[in-house]
Amino acid sequence: MRRAWPVALLASMAVGSTLMLIVGASPGHVWWTMVERVLTSRYQLGQVLYKATGLALTGLAVSIPLDAGLFNIGGEAQLGAGIFTCALVGTALPAGTPAVIAIPACTLAAVAGGALIGWLIGVLRARRDAHEVITSIMFNAIVAGVVLVEGSAYIFQGGTTTGAPIVAGAQLPQLPLGGSAANVALFIAVGAVALVWWLRSRTTWGQAWLAVGRDPDAARSVGISVARVQIAVMTGAGALAGLAATSFVMGHKHAFEQGLGAGTGLLGIVAALLGRLSPIGVGLASLLLGFLSVGGLAVGELVPEELIEVLLGVVLLAIAVAAAWERK
Amino acid sequence: MTSAILTAAFLAQVIRIAVPYVFAALGGSVTERSGNIDLAIEAKLLFGAFAAAAFGHATGSALAGIAGGVAAGMAVAAVQLGCSQWLGADQVIVGVALNVIALGGTRFLLQAIYHEGANSPPAPSYGDAVLTNPLVPAAFVCAILVPLAVRRTRWGLRLRAAGDRPDALVAVGVSPRRTRMYAGLVGGALAGAGGAQLSLVVGGFSAGMSSGRGYIALAMVILAGWRPALVAIACLGVAFAEALSIQVQLHAGGGGALSRQVVDLAPLLPYVVTLLVLVVYRSRDRAPPSALGKL
Repeated sequence: MRRAWPVALLASMAVGSTLMLIVGASPGHVWWTMVERVLTSRYQLGQVLYKATGLALTGLAVSIPLDAGLFNIGGEAQLGAGIFTCALVGTALPAGTPAVIAIPACTLAAVAGGALIGWLIGVLRARRDAHEVITSIMFNAIVAGVVLVEGSAYIFQGGTTTGAPIVAGAQLPQLPLGGSAANVALFIAVGAVALVWWLRSRTTWGQAWLAVGRDPDAARSVGISVARVQIAVMTGAGALAGLAATSFVMGHKHAFEQGLGAGTGLLGIVAALLGRLSPIGVGLASLLLGFLSVGGLAVGELVPEELIEVLLGVVLLAIAVAAAWERK
Repeated sequence: MTSAILTAAFLAQVIRIAVPYVFAALGGSVTERSGNIDLAIEAKLLFGAFAAAAFGHATGSALAGIAGGVAAGMAVAAVQLGCSQWLGADQVIVGVALNVIALGGTRFLLQAIYHEGANSPPAPSYGDAVLTNPLVPAAFVCAILVPLAVRRTRWGLRLRAAGDRPDALVAVGVSPRRTRMYAGLVGGALAGAGGAQLSLVVGGFSAGMSSGRGYIALAMVILAGWRPALVAIACLGVAFAEALSIQVQLHAGGGGALSRQVVDLAPLLPYVVTLLVLVVYRSRDRAPPSALGKL
């Protein structure tokens, strides 16, 4: 089998270096400063872990459906819904709710919000033959709009775009990493990676979704219900994307906020493809992507921070081309 | 309320809003009819809007700005089609990647060229005028010519064959790939013109100014069943709804919290309608080109 993804990464770095040259910076100096500043600072390392927490979960939300032949670009909608429901429950709980109740309640709310959107996309695909990419795009726009309008109607406080804080019991502890946003939800993400790895390689469920992805007709002929698998993977994917709300809402902001987590659903696509759909690969890829986005900010005085955004898109394009080349 | 709608100013507003949608969706329908999924409309609008502002600023001529926008749309299409048709990359992923690149890339260019974070320096502006803006009649002409070209010309016949029966095209010695490339470039030029309208109406580019219009345009392509003539009409409908919700927001000053929410949610209508149509109403008339997304 031909391996092209290292070439894809190198090519993306070359494009990034070219952009650095365009703005008059020396690529070698920028890359080295980025590595140095991120790896030698507890705070920056914490930020990398915080970014990676969300990306690993939205990355799994893309990789599982893609295993089963479905392209879930609805991560933005699923995460957005999860953040909304998580914060809603978190603020609705009475002030003194103990953590043993508040944390599971908010986590469940986050999962349910994301799963609902994922389930809808899955059902529309399996039962009504509506293409998941198109319905996902519609849901991304609808959820973003609804959450914002309802947020400003009921949640945001007096003219701001931030809601009331969630109850103290639902707030997850920070990790002791220089006051960074890294929090205990990191272990939720690690657990999710482990769970998906186990499901995918050690259970008949995983075999079923991989079989549907390889050849739906063959899967059907051995008695797998393709429609049920499609609905199940999309629901599970939505649940995982929604679960990322635990890091954004319960672990970091402790409130509903406009634009919280935005872009994480989309970047999950990069994490999934860069991680070659293997759960552990997705986890490693989200660390790399987290490093790039934190590193881009850390060298903000050398190159515009937008450079990294472009670079992430270029990485996605390069992996898509590399994947096609490997198939040939 | 009705008096606010039945005015020339309101009509002009509808037309002004409709122009980018019409260009973008016509472009999307041409690209998709030829068999290539067009998820990169948003990227073409954004780069088109940026290039129009940049060329307009540099030359002082709005027409040069339009040319720049069209060229940028075609350039994005060339990358899109090159990656997906020649290199065989997944068409959906290529589209998503280009949209990500456009969102960051236009802001990067703002920084790199003008050292500005959010806005380009002023470019020539058509303002609210409808009669002196050449993009308005151009959109009307395209809304008539593109459907005719797709239905009645040899180019259109080949394009539809590339989308529905690429094997038949191969049998008569025409390359579906090349046909799709030509169609995609035309689609890119149209979407680029739509982007030019965005920045030349306000006389400058601002970051993220396409704000999802490319996705609405794609929704309209699907809603219209991939038929260019209906695509333009669907876009007029979207523009009417958008202009109406702007009017309601301007005039319904007070109102209850609930009616306020209804008005605020109105811009989501195109997405909801598209979703409902996809789910409820399926017919052979509205089926996508049968080779859409395949190589």
